[in-house]
Amino acid sequence: MSHDSGRARSGDGGWIGRSVPRVEDDRLLRGNGRYVDDIALPGAVEAAFLRSPHAHARIESVDVTAALAAPGVVAVWTGDHVRDLPAMLNKEELRTPPGLAELLDPLVRMTPMPLLARDKVLYVGQPVAVVLAENRYLAEDALELVEVRYAPLPVLVDPQHALTEGAIRLHEDLPDNTAVAVATRVGNPDEAFAGAHAVVSEHFEAHRYVASPIETRAISAQVDPYSGRLIVWSGTQTPHRLRDAIAHTLGLEPATVHVIAADVGGGFGQKGILYVEELLIPHAARHLGRPVLWREDRNENLTASSHAREQIHRIELAADAEGRLIAVRDRITVNFGAYNMTGLVVPYNSLCHLLGPYRVPNVHIDVVGVLTNTAFATPYRGAGRPETVFAMERAMDRLAAELGIEPEELRARNLVRPDEMPYATGLVDRSGKPQSYDSGDFPELLRRAVAKADVDQVRARQREGARDGKHVGIGFAMYIEATGLGPFETARIDIAPSGRVRLAIGAPSQGQGHRTSMAQIAADAIGVPLDVIDVIGGDTEATPFGVGTIASRALVNAGNATHRAGRLVREKIVEAAARRLGVAEGCLDLSDGIVRAKEPGGPSISLAELAGKAPLPGTPEPTDGRHGTEISETVHFRPPGFAVASGAHAAVVEVDEHTGEIEILHYVVVHDAGNIVNPMIAEGQVTGGIAQGIGGALYEEMVYGPDGQPRTGTYMDYLVPTSSEIPDLDMDEIFTPSPMNDLGVKGLGEGGAIAPQAVLAGAVEDALRPFGAVVRRGPLSPSRVRALIRTAAGT
Amino acid sequence: MTPSVPAPLGARTPPLAEPSAWHEISLTVNGRPVTAQVESRLLLSDFLRDRLGLTGTHVGCEHGVCGACTVLVDDKPVRTCLTLVVQCAGAELRTVEGLAPADAPLTPVQRAFHECHGMQCGFCTPGFVMTATALVEQHERPDEKQVADALSGHLCRCTGYRNIRRAVCQALDERFGE
Repeated sequence: MSHDSGRARSGDGGWIGRSVPRVEDDRLLRGNGRYVDDIALPGAVEAAFLRSPHAHARIESVDVTAALAAPGVVAVWTGDHVRDLPAMLNKEELRTPPGLAELLDPLVRMTPMPLLARDKVLYVGQPVAVVLAENRYLAEDALELVEVRYAPLPVLVDPQHALTEGAIRLHEDLPDNTAVAVATRVGNPDEAFAGAHAVVSEHFEAHRYVASPIETRAISAQVDPYSGRLIVWSGTQTPHRLRDAIAHTLGLEPATVHVIAADVGGGFGQKGILYVEELLIPHAARHLGRPVLWREDRNENLTASSHAREQIHRIELAADAEGRLIAVRDRITVNFGAYNMTGLVVPYNSLCHLLGPYRVPNVHIDVVGVLTNTAFATPYRGAGRPETVFAMERAMDRLAAELGIEPEELRARNLVRPDEMPYATGLVDRSGKPQSYDSGDFPELLRRAVAKADVDQVRARQREGARDGKHVGIGFAMYIEATGLGPFETARIDIAPSGRVRLAIGAPSQGQGHRTSMAQIAADAIGVPLDVIDVIGGDTEATPFGVGTIASRALVNAGNATHRAGRLVREKIVEAAARRLGVAEGCLDLSDGIVRAKEPGGPSISLAELAGKAPLPGTPEPTDGRHGTEISETVHFRPPGFAVASGAHAAVVEVDEHTGEIEILHYVVVHDAGNIVNPMIAEGQVTGGIAQGIGGALYEEMVYGPDGQPRTGTYMDYLVPTSSEIPDLDMDEIFTPSPMNDLGVKGLGEGGAIAPQAVLAGAVEDALRPFGAVVRRGPLSPSRVRALIRTAAGT
Repeated sequence: MTPSVPAPLGARTPPLAEPSAWHEISLTVNGRPVTAQVESRLLLSDFLRDRLGLTGTHVGCEHGVCGACTVLVDDKPVRTCLTLVVQCAGAELRTVEGLAPADAPLTPVQRAFHECHGMQCGFCTPGFVMTATALVEQHERPDEKQVADALSGHLCRCTGYRNIRRAVCQALDERFGE
C-alpha cells in the first residue's frame, strides 16, 4: 500500500491536493474583516449582563430602579421580565440516537436554563440581569446600580462530592446531581482481569481548561424594517440551530429569522453550542424596535462561556506476559458544570475513543456526567478525546514501566493492523451503529514517529545522567478520531448568468479557510477555474438546511456535498452545451469553464455563454415560471459512517529539577487525515491544534476555589501560550483515504489537540524517572513539577 | 499620494455621560488630520472603531494582554484598549487600514502573512501585522530576541505561531536582506 497515493492521485492536475494560497487573506489583512462587532448597525443599543457573583445562591430580590434612571439606559431586564420565554434547551445536542438508546439505554437528564436566573443562581457568571443602553460604557455604568440580594447556598465544585448521597441538589426537580450516565461492556473483562499476567490500576485527571478564541462571543440582531424579518449576526459555529432556537424561543416562524455567521474569530467548539445571550439579544431587538449588540468581554469569556476537559478516570489495564492488552476497565467522571448543555457528546466521545488504535478484546467502561456549581462544560476541540487519550496513554506508560517494556514497543504490540480494516471494536459508535474503524495504518504512524524522535539518542543521554539538574525524557501518544459526524451538510451551487459560480454551504468558517478549500473541491468537480467561485458559508438564507462547523465535520460533510453538487452541475452544463452545440454529450468535455468537443477542431462554448442563454436542461422554454438560465444543484450529503483519522505524537523534553521548568526539545507529529485538499491549510490546522494542546498540557487551567469562585478570570492568570512557548513542530503524514466518502477525506480540525497532554505527560514522567514520579494530572506548571519531585522523593 | 483610507465618520454615538469632561483633540490617523470632541474616558480602541469606523483594529481582551488591538502611535506599537484617546492629542496614528491603499498591493509584511499562511481566523492578525510593521521599519534589523519579545506580546489561538514567525522573518529578510 502506498501511503502517498492519496495526495499523488488527488494532486494530479486539479486543484485538490495543492497548497492554494487563501482567498480570505487579502480582505482580512487590509482590516476589512467583518466580525460581529464590526458590522455597523446605526442606532444600535448595546447590552451588558449582570452576572452572579455567587456559585450557588437563592435570589431574594432584584431592584433595577436606580439602574433604570441612569443616563442612556433604555431598559433593564431581570428574570421576571423574560419569565414568559421558554427556558433554553438544546434538544438537538441532548438527543440520544435511536441505536444508542436501544443498545445502551443511556440516562440523559434535561436541565433547561432560564434566559435570566430567577430563583437561584448555579454558577459564578450566570446571567441575572441585562442592561440595554445607548452604548456599552453607559450599560456597564448602570450594571453597578442593579441591586441583587442573594442568600448563599452550599457549593459543590468537586464532581465526586456532588455524587455523594445527601449532597445538595443543583436542580431540585432532579433526584440527584447526575446529568448523564452510560456504560458499555465487551467480552468478559472480569475474567480477563482475574487471569492477567499484569494489571495496572490508576487514577488520572484531565483538568479544566477553555477554548479561549481571541474574538470573544458576540451577537447582534435587528428587525429589518423593510422585510420585517429578524436578522441576527452571530459568531456561531451552528447558525441553523441558532435560527431554530431563536424562532422557538420567540415564537417565530424559522423562515422569518435570518442568521448569518460572518467572519468569526476562532470558535474551537465554544461557539458551537447555544447560549442564553444568543436568545436574549434577538428578543431585545424585537422588543425595543432597535438594533441590539452584545460583545462579551474577556473576563466573561473565561469565566462564563463554556468550559471543558475536566474528567476523572479510574482506569485499569490487564495484559498478558508479552504486554498484549487483554482487558480495559475505566470509570469516567465528567464535570458538566451547572447545566447539561450537550448531553452525551463529551462523555460518549470519551467512551468510544478510549481504546484508540489498540486491540482490546474485553472492555468495561462506564461514564457519569455530574452537575456542579461551576460554569457549564461543553465540547472543545477534541471534545472528550484529549481527556480519554490522556488516561489511556498514561495507563499504557504505567503498564510499560510495570512490564519493563519500552513505551513505543508496548504500543506497537497492541496496534490494530491495516489488514484488519474495517476494524470492529465491539463498541457502539456515537450514532448508535457498531463502531468500525474504516481505514488507517497505525503501525506506520508509530514507526515514523519513533524514527523521527530518535529514542536511542534520548536513552543514551539519560544513561549519561542529568546535566545541571536537567533531565531529558521522551513520550509517545496515539489516538484515533471518528470524524465527519452527520447527520448531513448542505451545498448549493448556482451558475450566474455571467458564468460565475456561487457555492453556498451550511458550515461557516472560523478561520479554517473554507472559501479556499471548498472552492478547490468545487473547481475540480465542475471543471472551472478557482477564481470564478464565490463561497458563502453559514448563512441560513443561502442554505435553509445546515448543521455547522463542529466535530471535525465540515470538510467531510460540506466538502462531499460540494463535490456531489459540483458533479451534478457539471452534468447539467454538459447536457445544455450538447443541446446548444448539437452534438452528443459523450463527445464533450468541460475544463477551465469551457465545454469543448473532445475531437480537435470541434465546437466549444464557455460557461458564461451557456449560463447566460441556455434554457434549463430538458426544459425547451422557460414557461414553468423558473428562470431559463438557471443551472443549479443542491445536495444534502449524509455520511454513511465515521471517517477515522489517526495520529502518533512523540515529544522529547528537558525538565529542570530545580525550577520545575519544562523545555520541549523536539515535538513530532505523524497524522493521517486521508486525502488532503489543501496541504498548507491542513498543516495549519494540525499545528494550531497542537499549540492548544501544549497550552493545556503545560500552562492553561481554569481554577476554581472550593467556594466556587473562578481564580483565573483574566489573561494575567489564565496563561494562553505565546510564540515563545510553542516550538516548531516536526511533522509528517500518511494518507489512507476514507472509503466513507467520494473525496476520501477525514476531518482534521481537532486531531492536533488530542494527544499533546498525553505525550508531554509521558515525556515529563520519563524525564523524572530517577525520582519515580507519576504524572496523574496537568497542567505541568513549574510548581506542579516541583511538587511531583518533592512528593516522589518523600520530602 | 493620498492614501485611500475610509473617511472618518465623525463622532456620532451619544456622549458617555460625562459632559464636564469633554476635550477637543486633534491627531493624525492614517495620514489624515482628525479633530474630534471626545470624553476623557473614551478608549482609543473605541474611538478608532466606533467613531472613525476603523474596525480593522480588533479588541480581544480589553486588559492589555492579547495585543489584537495594537496600532502604531508615532511609529511605536501601542495597545489601544489600554490607551485613552485624550492621551493621543497631536499624535500620528497608523492602523491596519492605513498600510496599503485599497487599490495598491499589500505591504511586504501583509503579503508575508498571506504567503506563509500566518493567519487563520484573522482576528489577531492586524495586531501582529502592526507590530511586525514596526519591526521592519527600524533602522537596523532586530535580532532574534527582539523579534521573539515583540511577538510574545500577542496571542494567536489558531496558527500555533510557527507561520507567524516565518512571515515576520520573510518580511525582515525582504527589508534587510538575508
